[in-house]
Amino acid sequence: MYSEKLMDHFTNPRNVGEIQEADGTGEEGNPTCGDVMKITIKVENGRIADAKFRTFGCGAAIAVSSMVTEMVKGKTLEEAMSITKEAVADALGGLPPQKMHCSNLGADALRLAIEDYKKKGTAK
Amino acid sequence: MGARYFDYMATNPLRPEVLEAMLPFFKERYGNPLSLYELGQNARAAIEEARWKVAQLIGARPQEIIFTSSGAEANNFALKGLANAHTKKGKHIIVSKMEHHSILNPARALEKEGFAVTYLSVDKHGLVDPSALEKAITPETSLVSVIHASPEVGTIEPVKELAAIAKKNGSLFHTDCVASAGYLPLDVEDLGVDALSLSAHEFYGPKGAGALYLRGGTRIIPLIYGGIQESGRRAGTENIPAIVGMGKAAELTKAELPERARKLTEMRDRLIKGVLEKTENVYLTGPSPESGAERRLPGLASFCVEFIEGEAMLLMLIAKGIYAASGSACSSKALKASPVLLTMGISAQLAQGSIVFSLGMENTMEDVEYAIGEFPAAVKRLREISPYAGGWGKVKETDPCIPKN
Repeated sequence: MYSEKLMDHFTNPRNVGEIQEADGTGEEGNPTCGDVMKITIKVENGRIADAKFRTFGCGAAIAVSSMVTEMVKGKTLEEAMSITKEAVADALGGLPPQKMHCSNLGADALRLAIEDYKKKGTAK
Repeated sequence: MGARYFDYMATNPLRPEVLEAMLPFFKERYGNPLSLYELGQNARAAIEEARWKVAQLIGARPQEIIFTSSGAEANNFALKGLANAHTKKGKHIIVSKMEHHSILNPARALEKEGFAVTYLSVDKHGLVDPSALEKAITPETSLVSVIHASPEVGTIEPVKELAAIAKKNGSLFHTDCVASAGYLPLDVEDLGVDALSLSAHEFYGPKGAGALYLRGGTRIIPLIYGGIQESGRRAGTENIPAIVGMGKAAELTKAELPERARKLTEMRDRLIKGVLEKTENVYLTGPSPESGAERRLPGLASFCVEFIEGEAMLLMLIAKGIYAASGSACSSKALKASPVLLTMGISAQLAQGSIVFSLGMENTMEDVEYAIGEFPAAVKRLREISPYAGGWGKVKETDPCIPKN
């Protein structure tokens, strides 16, 4: 059901954890529905220097979180904002149709983290 | 190392003796039982022998056994066939919330056809309260259907008491024994039921074979119309190899049942104890083997693990060669958490952490110890990834879970 690439990201997830004093935090999902992703980012010179995640969810949700945090590192905020659920799914070698929402959740949590960073910036 | 299989509620391996009994009917004994010549009449005799063996398993008479293609067909047949045949009594039926989809979905279909359906609630152990049935039953109730034992949480329902209430009211009583056959002794007279469903592959028989027991003289309307097979109640040329296999599997089950129950209870109790001892924030679902042993299915160890999700747990266990099951939303194709867990009052987020080990005769105590040994590490790893390792915190109320795509 899952690709080898996805299983690799599930078994050896990258960037697990939470950045202390993160520049932006995004959380999407609800535990009552079965998946929640929390992404924290560090921004330096307009680029995402680091990203970490914690996820409650299925194999696909964990792999998506791992992949999103990998894909986003070194990207400008604009580039990061334009990462789509399809791009994440493709990077994982595809997702079963009923798991596409996991991919969406990952992209959304990332966007929320970036928006959180921007909001903090304007408040300063 | 081969995988260790703990998913006997999904299906059982075919017993070699059963396969052996089936093989001639794929080959030289290919006759149609309706044919007059010997080839056909031999096939007829084989079906009748299988019918006798299945009847023996449940204390019924052979003519009370109708072969079907599956347990799901038997359940659909019982619900629709009996409800539609007994509308003179009324158009009200009662089922429990513990039922399998093959009972709940035909019940919903009957609702659309104008029947009233009452869904009986259960307590935190998944038990139907007989007094709830007494309250729900009316003079118009034609049929009551309550599952004998749950494949998800192992709860054994008080079918005998419930059937007596139905009988007193002049209502028919059906019980789904797909999960209990092969684990519990079944006797239709003792249980006092009018109809009972079985599935062969849940007791080491082949897929593609099921049966509905229907008490002699009870009217039923067919699901499948056609020829005169199964006394005109279920048309279609019989799946003879599967029926013969079901007969053989029933014969073996009848003979081995006490030993199976003893062995599977012992392994179940060890597994439950080991899992609960070695991992924190894990809860048994269904009756406890200590306080409610007589209400728990042998071989069924079911849990909810806090702060992590069931499908991820299954994948972690697969990596260790352990095959189990889950009732979490993500592990189901429908992306819905098990209605059985929710109806028992388990919170939606805890239900996501469902894990079910169902044991069978091929399992050994060494398998059980292996699972107990590997389980805590799988849970720990996922909790390291989970944002809830420190607790659920305040869970926000949201709209129903509709995945965004």
